[in-house]
Amino acid sequence: MKKFKVLGGGCRNCEITANVIAQAAKEAGVEIELEKVTDMARILGYGVMSTPGVVLDETVVHAGSVPAPDQVRAWVRG
Amino acid sequence: MFEHLANLVAFGLLGLGAESRVGAAVQFFVMDVTKIFALLILVIYVMGLLRAMLSPERVRAFVRGRPDWQARGLAVTLGAVTPFCSCSSVPLFIGFVEAGIPLGVTFSFLIASPMINEVAAVILVGILGWKLAALYVSAGLLVAWFGGMAMQVFRPERWVEDYVWKIRMGDAAAIEEDQTLLGRHRYAVGEVKAIVGRIWAWVLLGIGVGAIFHGFVPADWVTRHLGGNAWYTVPAAVLLGIPLYSNATGIIPVAEAMLGKGVAVGTTLALMMSVAALSLPEMLILRKVIRWQALGLFAAVLAIAFTLVGWAFNVIA
Repeated sequence: MKKFKVLGGGCRNCEITANVIAQAAKEAGVEIELEKVTDMARILGYGVMSTPGVVLDETVVHAGSVPAPDQVRAWVRG
Repeated sequence: MFEHLANLVAFGLLGLGAESRVGAAVQFFVMDVTKIFALLILVIYVMGLLRAMLSPERVRAFVRGRPDWQARGLAVTLGAVTPFCSCSSVPLFIGFVEAGIPLGVTFSFLIASPMINEVAAVILVGILGWKLAALYVSAGLLVAWFGGMAMQVFRPERWVEDYVWKIRMGDAAAIEEDQTLLGRHRYAVGEVKAIVGRIWAWVLLGIGVGAIFHGFVPADWVTRHLGGNAWYTVPAAVLLGIPLYSNATGIIPVAEAMLGKGVAVGTTLALMMSVAALSLPEMLILRKVIRWQALGLFAAVLAIAFTLVGWAFNVIA
């Protein structure tokens, strides 16, 4: 199972990002694990300064904005 | 083209008199909405296509480990081309501290970034002309440079929250970028959606305020009270701008209306900078990493700097 982490200190775009990923997984019928990381030490631990960031199986795949829908679909299926 | 369209809507379609207050306000509103949003979309798209916008992670990598003056120069200029959402100020601040970048340099970046950006600069040229755009941008760079330096004198390190020093940052993530034309186009469209989505309300609000000012405030009243002869108009404009917040683009139509009615250039610039750079929400966000003393000092340094800039431009003009 794929493990997603959304990095961000509770901003609106971070919520949106988490929802987009959950939605895409549901549509694809793929089960994923989704965690929201709000602790600054952990966020920066991934080398990310611009939130929201997305971590997929411990690799940072996106930072600084809400990811595009087709990008999210690719992560979920990939 | 935009003026023609605005005339058509205000005076033709709605049948308002060109001399009436409502007519003038509506004409201003329609003209600025169409012109500013057309420019916004165009500029952000082109910047996105060129991938001209820098991420804070890259700025950090550029600035770290350089001598003070070089770091500051980079922080100020890169701050001007790095659009970042104020919700990212906390990780950005911690990331800079962790890289050993002096706090004064970080403050220079935090001043420059909301006040100046390439999108606002292009719209300034389009609405107010290149001379005012150059004035605003150079004044902003100066304030960011010296403001950060002034902060450093007070040794703000003692006000940084303890936990900040303990955080260790991982290697900056290298994210693969799709460099094909289609990839760039997609990225650019995404940027347009994200940035316009974030700032449209501020821009609309700014145009509304500008339109009301343009239509309903009599020019002779403005010249008498805000013409630039009275010394207190500049600090008053700065104080007014502190509780008010708008995006740097949103304040442009307000400035346009003010200048059109004869408000002095320095007074207008002081208000613009104060509204764009000093905001209560951002202060509250930064409170997570620095104590009130540093935030108060930050606001005071900026308020003094904007006042000095405003006075200087009023004297020169």
